[in-house]
Amino acid sequence: MAHNQDGNHKEQVHYVGDSRVRANRKKMYPPDYTEFPSKSEAFFPDFLLKEWMVAAVFLVGFMTLVMAEEPPLGDIADPTNTGFLPVPDWYFLFMYQLLKYKWASGPFVIVGTLILPGILFTSLILAPWLDRSKERRPSKRPVTIGLMLVSLVSCIALTWAAEAEHVTQLESSVGSPTVDKKVVDANSEGQKLYSENACIRCHGDQLQGKNGPPLLGVGNRRTAEQLHTYINEGKGGVMPAGMFQGTPQQQQILVDWLMKQKQK
Amino acid sequence: MLRAIYDWVDERLDITPLWRDVADHEVPEHVNPAHHFSAFIYCFGGLTFFVVVIQILSGMFLAMYYVPDIINAHASVKFLQNEVAMGAIVRGMHHWGASVAIVMLFLHTLRVFFTGSYKHPREFNWVVGMLIFFVMLGLGFTGYLLPWDNKAYFATKVGVEIAASVPYLGPYIATFLQGGDIVGAQTIARFFALHVFFFPAALLALLGAHFILIRRQGISGPL
Repeated sequence: MAHNQDGNHKEQVHYVGDSRVRANRKKMYPPDYTEFPSKSEAFFPDFLLKEWMVAAVFLVGFMTLVMAEEPPLGDIADPTNTGFLPVPDWYFLFMYQLLKYKWASGPFVIVGTLILPGILFTSLILAPWLDRSKERRPSKRPVTIGLMLVSLVSCIALTWAAEAEHVTQLESSVGSPTVDKKVVDANSEGQKLYSENACIRCHGDQLQGKNGPPLLGVGNRRTAEQLHTYINEGKGGVMPAGMFQGTPQQQQILVDWLMKQKQK
Repeated sequence: MLRAIYDWVDERLDITPLWRDVADHEVPEHVNPAHHFSAFIYCFGGLTFFVVVIQILSGMFLAMYYVPDIINAHASVKFLQNEVAMGAIVRGMHHWGASVAIVMLFLHTLRVFFTGSYKHPREFNWVVGMLIFFVMLGLGFTGYLLPWDNKAYFATKVGVEIAASVPYLGPYIATFLQGGDIVGAQTIARFFALHVFFFPAALLALLGAHFILIRRQGISGPL
């Protein structure tokens, strides 16, 4: 924009000294908003000496937050800690949550890792070319605004779901750093059912927990009814329903055995 | 005296046009909250920059104590937070500032989007802004690992695993991020370099471009 504003291509060009800076280079002046009859003012000092108050108010709020909440620091990283529930920082949660749905994980994981985020971010970057109309008012461009609102609501909902799920998972893993790592009644019918079904894959062969939370001491934390519900209906959107393939009698034996897993 | 020094420098370096260019440009009424309170939505961009400045300053002070290796990183952060005078405040500013920066950036992006300010002739500045967004997310991702606590370690591990699941490129991305086959000593050194040198450099360059473009094109007019 800055160059050849008048289209004088043939004009004789003069340079300053030996450098290639044009002696009569035209300055690019920003629009002065005189076309909008209003109270424009100079950036400095008029505007900035009032505007610093916005920053001051902001800073007071920010420092209040900083002083009220000490930044968290957990225990030093321990890669062998199998019970730790990983969670990304909150602004990545919506993408993290996406990967938990059946249609965006496993064989379809590319939907969650590439396709949906790709569509979202590509269309954001290309927004000026996707929405080419001259109209700027939100009410005059319903499609653009509508798409943005839909994506906004979905991102907020996904973040919300991820957070809620993390909280329930945290609750169910309370007490997981167990003192006593002994499985009660190890060579029993219940233990056999546990290892023959999918339970063992997530909760570990010694009930120590792998992808799922540990079940050591689960008898202290849960009632038999709760365990039946979790087995039948899944839990927290993470543990799928119907992982136990046995008869109802066998399920009762399994739950009885799990309820024996008590710790002092 | 000051005047004489200024004149002496100005005579040789011609600095007056530099600052007058910034000082004299007009701020239109419709973005000035002193005239219309609702114009505070136009402050989000400036406040994002303000938070970025807070991040850079607090980060420089954190770097005086932080040790980027797997043995000492956690201990150095713990020392900073519990022993150093004002350490908890400075780390708090950096920790919470990271989230606040994302929030302000998000609000600024929404303001630009809903007022249609990305339209002709400002398309390019929108793209620069989106790149700034990605750099900020990169800063958030790499900075999260540095305290080297369980939360940091496992979040990064999951993040790298997700990146690794991308077809074809995935394994290369994972190796690049980890600097090896596991999240470990190489990873923290690498994330430190990205967080402290590469991303801030990219961020400053992009911010410079963002501001030059605003000065060239002016703020978009009222709706």
